[in-house]
Amino acid sequence: MTELVLSDLLRSVLRGLEITVILTISGSILAFVCAFVFGLGRVSRWRFIRVFSICYIELFRGTSVFVQVFWLYYALPAFGLLLSPLLAGILGLGLNVGAYGAEVVRSAVQATGRDQYEACCALNFTRYQTFRYIILPQAFPRMLPVFGNNMVELMKASSIVSLISLSDITFQAQQFRIRTGQTFLPFAVTLIVYFILYLGILFFIRSVTRLASPQKVKV
Amino acid sequence: MTWDNHFAVMVFPYLLKGLQVTIIATLSSFALAVCLGLAIAVLEKITRGPIFFLISGVTHFIRGTPLLVQLFFLYYLLPYANITLPAFGCGILGFGVHYATYLSNVYKSGIEAIPVLQWEVSKACNFSPFQTWRYVILPQAIRPVLPVLGNYFIALIKETPLLSSISVMEMMGEASLFGDMHYRYLEPITMVGVLFLALGMVARGCVGSMARILGVLREKDDHSASSFNRPYENSGMDPSENLIS
Repeated sequence: MTELVLSDLLRSVLRGLEITVILTISGSILAFVCAFVFGLGRVSRWRFIRVFSICYIELFRGTSVFVQVFWLYYALPAFGLLLSPLLAGILGLGLNVGAYGAEVVRSAVQATGRDQYEACCALNFTRYQTFRYIILPQAFPRMLPVFGNNMVELMKASSIVSLISLSDITFQAQQFRIRTGQTFLPFAVTLIVYFILYLGILFFIRSVTRLASPQKVKV
Repeated sequence: MTWDNHFAVMVFPYLLKGLQVTIIATLSSFALAVCLGLAIAVLEKITRGPIFFLISGVTHFIRGTPLLVQLFFLYYLLPYANITLPAFGCGILGFGVHYATYLSNVYKSGIEAIPVLQWEVSKACNFSPFQTWRYVILPQAIRPVLPVLGNYFIALIKETPLLSSISVMEMMGEASLFGDMHYRYLEPITMVGVLFLALGMVARGCVGSMARILGVLREKDDHSASSFNRPYENSGMDPSENLIS
């Protein structure tokens, strides 16, 4: 009896884990792209791009991720755009965390000293060269730890897609609870699985930070 | 099917009712988080060995797992432990504990920023550990981190819709219920979003002015107390400089 229940639990958790991992990874990629596009857009030369980026950042930082995911899933069909739950989840999470990431990118870029820009100017670098070879290598390692925190937040926020009928771990735990009447087991296992994911993300970010931090150059 | 003003006006009173619940929930869970967070931070600082690892492990665990699952856990499992809280109380407990683990980190950074000199002086004055914490360390540790606490307050506001998943009828809960009844979600959910934007702006304004007032106070303090705090100023032999760096 207990063996059956356990194997059932294991199977549902694994099925849910797949969805959660897909959501976390694709949401993080979208958030990463958004963070760079809008974070650099905020310090752009053109007023239009700056205003647009600020609007995006304020909109997605100002409202809750819960509302955004629900809006994408329930309110967009009113405009004739029907998203699948998975797509709504990825978009909602990615755009929300991307807005937080954009601020990280902006502050990291702006934290690079003025002298660096002046040196590039003196060396007659183009704007692209300045950014690619001077600013980014210094700013990127500074962003990474905060990106890691944002990724953890995204992974944790991914649990709310269970409320728009996407069968992630949380959803599977609820289903298991309803199916078997067990309460402690599914939620305890779910918490532990999320914690393992959390540790995995921490490990991932730590190794990326080690790779990306500037190497000591022998002169 | 596009935006319908009439429908939006219809749903508004319900949202206002939910807004009250949202605000009360935010304030009470933040109050819990502020107290509990401070307790965790101090405990992590004064304990050693297994108890320290236990506390820091538990806070890591709470910080690393989703609040939604924690809320479900409390909501469905507290009755088995013979604790029957209403859904609202469950939500506040969950939010309070979850955010306390974040705030404890903030407090810790404040405590760690205090120069070693302060601890040594307290010891030299023969203060008991309680007196040291109460009169020397905490007042100096808490004030600089207040704006950061304010940021977490703003973040907390935006997470309150999770309460609707354990059947607390806050703003989002009211909106979904109204949407379910009329099968129109566009207006209710959009208006919830707008209300959250407004709420966030108000909160940000409050936190911002608090930070400004604190900044002004600190400048005044520094000015009046500079001769007392820094007797070695300009003499080039300030002993605290070596300790800080």
